[in-house]
Amino acid sequence: MPVPILRVEDLKTQFFTSRGVVQAVDGVSLHVNEGETVGVVGESGCGKTMTALSILRLVPEPGRIVSGHIWFRDRDVTKMDVEQIREFRGNDVAMIFQDPMTSLNPVTRVGIQIEEAMTAHERFSARDALGRVVPLLQRVRIPAADRRKEDYPHQFSGGMRQRAMIAMGLANEPSLLIADEPTTALDVTVQAQIVTLLKQLNRELGTAIMLITHNMALVASICTRVIVMYAGRIVEEGPVGQIFKNPQHPYTWSLLRSVPRVDETRRSRLVSITGLPPDLVRLPPGCKFHPRCAFRVDRCSEDEPSLEEVGDRQVARCWVLMRNVPQEAAKELEAVTISQEAAQELKAVSELEEAADGS
Amino acid sequence: MAVPMPSASLELQHDWDVPEQVGLWTDVWRRFRRNRLAVGGAVIVVILILDAALAGVLVQLGIIQDPIKQHVETSLAGPSAQHLLGTDYLGRDTLSRLMFGARISLSIGILVQGIYVLIGGTIGLIAGYAGGRVDNLLMRFTDIWYAFPDLLFVLVLVSVFSPSLLSIFVAIGIVNWVNLARLVRGQVLSIKEKEFVESARAVGSSQIKIVLRHLVPNALGPVLVTLTFGIPAAIFLEAALSYIGVGIQPPTPSWGVMIQDGYQAIYASPLQVAFPGIAIAITMLSFTFIGDGLRDALDPRMRR
Amino acid sequence: MANTAIGGRPAGGALPVRRLLAPSSRGAALALFVVRRVLWMVPVVFFVILITFVLMHLAPGSPWDTGGGRQLSATIVHNLNARYGLDKPAWQQFLIYLWNVVHFDYGLSYQYQGRTVSSLLLSGWPYTATIGVLAFCLIVPVGIGLGVVAALRQNSRVDYLAMGFSTFGASVPNFVVGMMLIIIFGVTLYNITGASYFLPVSGFGLDDHLILPVVTLALLPTAFIARLTRASTLDILRQDYVRTAWAKGLSERLVVLKHILKNSLIPVVTALGPTFAFLVTGSVIVENVFAIPGIGRSFVVAVLSRDYPMILATVVLFSVVVAVANLVVDVLYVFIDPRVRLS
Repeated sequence: MPVPILRVEDLKTQFFTSRGVVQAVDGVSLHVNEGETVGVVGESGCGKTMTALSILRLVPEPGRIVSGHIWFRDRDVTKMDVEQIREFRGNDVAMIFQDPMTSLNPVTRVGIQIEEAMTAHERFSARDALGRVVPLLQRVRIPAADRRKEDYPHQFSGGMRQRAMIAMGLANEPSLLIADEPTTALDVTVQAQIVTLLKQLNRELGTAIMLITHNMALVASICTRVIVMYAGRIVEEGPVGQIFKNPQHPYTWSLLRSVPRVDETRRSRLVSITGLPPDLVRLPPGCKFHPRCAFRVDRCSEDEPSLEEVGDRQVARCWVLMRNVPQEAAKELEAVTISQEAAQELKAVSELEEAADGS
Repeated sequence: MAVPMPSASLELQHDWDVPEQVGLWTDVWRRFRRNRLAVGGAVIVVILILDAALAGVLVQLGIIQDPIKQHVETSLAGPSAQHLLGTDYLGRDTLSRLMFGARISLSIGILVQGIYVLIGGTIGLIAGYAGGRVDNLLMRFTDIWYAFPDLLFVLVLVSVFSPSLLSIFVAIGIVNWVNLARLVRGQVLSIKEKEFVESARAVGSSQIKIVLRHLVPNALGPVLVTLTFGIPAAIFLEAALSYIGVGIQPPTPSWGVMIQDGYQAIYASPLQVAFPGIAIAITMLSFTFIGDGLRDALDPRMRR
Repeated sequence: MANTAIGGRPAGGALPVRRLLAPSSRGAALALFVVRRVLWMVPVVFFVILITFVLMHLAPGSPWDTGGGRQLSATIVHNLNARYGLDKPAWQQFLIYLWNVVHFDYGLSYQYQGRTVSSLLLSGWPYTATIGVLAFCLIVPVGIGLGVVAALRQNSRVDYLAMGFSTFGASVPNFVVGMMLIIIFGVTLYNITGASYFLPVSGFGLDDHLILPVVTLALLPTAFIARLTRASTLDILRQDYVRTAWAKGLSERLVVLKHILKNSLIPVVTALGPTFAFLVTGSVIVENVFAIPGIGRSFVVAVLSRDYPMILATVVLFSVVVAVANLVVDVLYVFIDPRVRLS
């Protein structure tokens, strides 16, 4: 029986700006089990980072958690006082951020920064903390760790910096590590290394990992479960294999279609999602995705659907659901888009030819 | 359930489809307007400019007194119906002297910026564009120039060439162009680094035309801010010079001279120091607020 | 928690110094850098002397024109010129002057017959230095303190007060401030209360005579440092690594001291160099306003009476002081920011 270590209940985080109230996280409920790897995907601005920041109560001004509960084991994070939350951060739940170039203090040595993560909490004595720095760096596969710990962040490469951040995050052996776009700022080859590292650490240490990303491929390689977010809400959730084979929400479906898949032959074209992400101050009525949805019906613009079970441990928030969309319609969309693209290509080519003729 | 029809149309039908976009200068103006201090400063500056422009006319129309005419019988008088702000030690009307003093301060403060642009802008442009040894040499030169404490150098310059409006003007201009030079150089360097300059060269267009074309819109904002902050500094220098006695010579009214005059009789009539002092302070504050407002309005990080 | 200024926490008892001289080439590069910077001062001072000297000699008229008064007879002028070495060609005078400067001989003053410039400078120096040093001791803690508090409590009343004060200080000329203080303490309070003693408004003494001049001199640089500190700290507050520090569960004290201030004070240290320039030019004015017999005051007198040796020497002295201050600041900067490359 999987044991949830983190349970987020109907979390609402809002930003009070001069333009209006931005509903960054709008009623999100999720859970993470012991040792699990969960992916949270969505476009920029969908609320995934804000959810993570809310869990650690690091929401920046002018935002704050408006309602909801965040249960870590049996304690409510939203009700913790300053000292309790300080103990909680970096200790029970740790978070690493997107850009390793800017996420480390440039004027302090790396070893010191890892050490202070430990000495800030009760878990390890100052002496033990000192002794743990090199083994931690070694565990994240940083070569010559005992020399490297004296270096400053600018002397590390991007990949090494991210590893150092991971080491920092795991220093206190947290139950959950939240990784916010850990590979986005890195080269592709380095990305693969970091991903492998995270997988190994999850296996070796049993630390649960919440991976936040917009990259579906990343989710496929590490996570067992995936949560899809859009406009501050969860629109689909389920085991990774199922979601990839049978996405029920049109947004998830579109996301998957927009990922180049090396294994598929060149039959299917890439489909891009039309339109722009919604303005979180002025959200459309009904389903928040409907303006960009190729499969919408009238009801979509009137009522917002709720999360319904659509499969074994899979839920989705949609009136239509992909399984109800006739194959021809789905293919037609691809065809329409394909023919649009083809038409444009043709137009471009003919213009070039005209120009060549003219001169 | 009805078969959903795919919609291939990209029409934007609802107001929640499109986020707002505005042009750069509209945005800058809007943000500037919201800064009440900056707007206040701007209002005061406008008043001062009007005052400087119309002072002569107003004297001829008899609305204000002649600033040079001495009424020795009423020297160091306090405010009265005839002399709204009193008189100085020679019986000259303080209010009109203040109003004429604005001319000197404003004209020096603002026009000197032209010299800064000329000297500093040119040097910065050459240094940034040429790069290499020329750049190195010019930057060393500016470093040396920067090593001079400005007031001292201006004092020396003005003492060497007898004090007059022109010599003050030139002296202040020569001393403080370094900041602008560095700014322009930085802008040129950052433009040079951008890829489109490389690609323009590859295509064959003249590099300098590209640089110039992109320099003005990019550099205009920061340059404007620097110049705006340079105005109170220049006003201060002129006032300090006049206060010391090597600036504007009497009987021409300059706020600095008025302070020196008032200082001599500070115990007898402190108001004669206070009035010009307040005038300088308000003027400098106004320009500083405008500069702050401009800088905040131009800050790209604060854009929506 | 040990501080991590230079060497970080020593491992197993080693001294931080060891790290400086450690195999890393940074130690050697550092020494080289310092030497190069010191040597750079030489051409700077040289050019200052050169330019000032040239200006002196471009001046129309001779230093013996007392301006609208008696004309000295030709023989007297000739003798004076010979005595002060003014009959030699300009370039020779320049070389002689350079030679003398290196030997700390600044010549004879024109206006005070028989007195050497050096002696005049030496007699005025203690006053200027006292006020300058005291002002500096006021500027650093007050300026930085105000800026940090304003940034940490952004948009609060403290912030507005602090920034209002610093805008005022940066915009009102120091002679105006000085005179306002004189008016308040010398005139108004007297008129209101009838007591004749509040704070002395002129002259020098190692007592409360110092208060008004020091405050007046310190006002502008304090305002400048406060604004700079606030801006820098606000900038740092937005940085990702501050968020990382919070996410690690560090206490507020640690985050502010080790992560925020350690970074935000770097540009402030750099600004301490120009602060010296402010102190120097400010002293010229403040000594005038408060009748303090320091170098600033004698400089003004020299300018007004065209005492060229005095002017030249004072300019050189002040420029050297500013150059040394900038040098110290530059070297300090290399120590506190490990990202700086020394090549």
